[in-house]
Amino acid sequence: MELKIPKGFPKPNYDFTKNPLNVENFELGRKLFYDPILSKDSSTSCESCHQRVAAFAHIDHALSHGIDGKIGTRNVPSLQNMIWKDTYMWDGGVNNLEVQPLNPITSPIEMNETLLNIISKLRANKEYSAFFKKIYKDTVINSERILKSLAQFTGLMISANSRFDKYIAGKDTFSVQEKSGLNIFRTKCASCHKEPLFTDNTYRNNGILTDTSLNDIGRGKITNLETDNYKFKVPSLRNIEMTFPYMHDGRYKKLKDVLNHYSSSNHTATTDEEIKKIGELSDKERKDIIAFLLTLTDKEFLSDKRFTDPNRK
Amino acid sequence: MLIRILILLILSPCATNAQHSKGMLSIGFHHYINDELLKLDSALYKNEFGQPFSISNFKYYISNIELINEDGQTIHSKDYFLINEDEPNSKELILSSIPEGKYSSIRFMIGVDSLHNCSGAQSGALDPMNVMFWTWNTGYIFMKLEGKSSVSVATGKTIEYHIGGYKEPSNCIRTVALKLDSLITITSKQTSNIRIKVNVSEVLKTPTTIDFSKLPTVNDSKNATLIADNYMDMFSIQK
Repeated sequence: MELKIPKGFPKPNYDFTKNPLNVENFELGRKLFYDPILSKDSSTSCESCHQRVAAFAHIDHALSHGIDGKIGTRNVPSLQNMIWKDTYMWDGGVNNLEVQPLNPITSPIEMNETLLNIISKLRANKEYSAFFKKIYKDTVINSERILKSLAQFTGLMISANSRFDKYIAGKDTFSVQEKSGLNIFRTKCASCHKEPLFTDNTYRNNGILTDTSLNDIGRGKITNLETDNYKFKVPSLRNIEMTFPYMHDGRYKKLKDVLNHYSSSNHTATTDEEIKKIGELSDKERKDIIAFLLTLTDKEFLSDKRFTDPNRK
Repeated sequence: MLIRILILLILSPCATNAQHSKGMLSIGFHHYINDELLKLDSALYKNEFGQPFSISNFKYYISNIELINEDGQTIHSKDYFLINEDEPNSKELILSSIPEGKYSSIRFMIGVDSLHNCSGAQSGALDPMNVMFWTWNTGYIFMKLEGKSSVSVATGKTIEYHIGGYKEPSNCIRTVALKLDSLITITSKQTSNIRIKVNVSEVLKTPTTIDFSKLPTVNDSKNATLIADNYMDMFSIQK
């Protein structure tokens, strides 16, 4: 197994040389990803919220849903091109792909489980204990092995075969509307949603009014800097057709709602300067941008058999 | 070519002989409240404000241990240790493979260096299973001191100081250097010992005396450096 860096993509931040890719670890990660054994009552798996058909976001759920019907405070982000991120979560609090799963696993409103319990459940499970033994030639099951296997699985979720990518490579054509959309996008949106990952990995206040029932201060909670309050990570726009609803709290169901927001002049003092520059977008401009955004859907990634549930072959 | 091989053959046994033999060092961490041995839960102590408190949990990381020999050369250990008052074995660290010689001082880090705060999933002392790890804002908790005080305004009258953070401006990595009273000799024949006294009450004073009615808990970067500056002088060589 080897990592293929798509043409035009930068060097990844995550370093597979310290977690050498191999089919067995990838398959173990895949099995764990789809297995509710990682949650306290075996009700919730990673896939419960990260659905493959939605580029591993949660279709039509504004806020994350966890164990016992508990509702979280943020929209489930998609999982794609993870190895190019420098931090994880909407607030960027997590600094390495390998330790990201500790958050949903131990969160009382997500999977509410402990590493200690997971390890004893996996040890007691014949299939898993045989799987670990096959890979490592010993009987040790520890958090490092679990987390590194999950990182192999999620780290290979690479989306780089959308119609946009093919257009850039000269292998597909765009309609007049899609071309116009791309041009407007490059002038109005690309300073934050930078190609080819469609994010610049920064945190910004996109000007949506704070939902007072959540009062989520975003990045500020991580840095304790007042200037970071209400800033959230710029999300990638790849597969955006499938990752609705939108924004960090999932408040907008449709792309046209998102464009209405960015087109308004109704900004606060703390709205990011780049967003203030967008100005009023005409109906046609909005429609053209949406037509372009739909070219970011990567059907090959969304239907890639390597990422399906291994228990439902 | 032949000459070179001959030289190597002649030199190699000498090289082996010239290599220093290695010895072992045991470093014991002994926890006190001033001059009394620390007792978890049952003992009642008083801080500088006369506020009563008890301690139920005391843990910290020691890493990047360095021994400096009489010539000023430094031996660096790559091991990470989690010291836990409640686990007697954890309080005695064993360093092996130290070149024989006479050493005059010891340096170590309280906590975990920035590289290992960013290195993803790790095992041993750095396994997140040890619950010395912040998942939501990645990083190791360098020191945990937990207990109760009747004047605490926190839920359950608890006092709880979880200190960590490797990034400025809340960098809590602190390095301690202790000069040994006399040179310690490392030999391959026996394990040498250093005893370190840890005055736990220093976590709560000098330079900043902690008022349990005002600051009963520290759980993130806010105020963390205050406590780190306090505890960095809790170590001394015990005679």
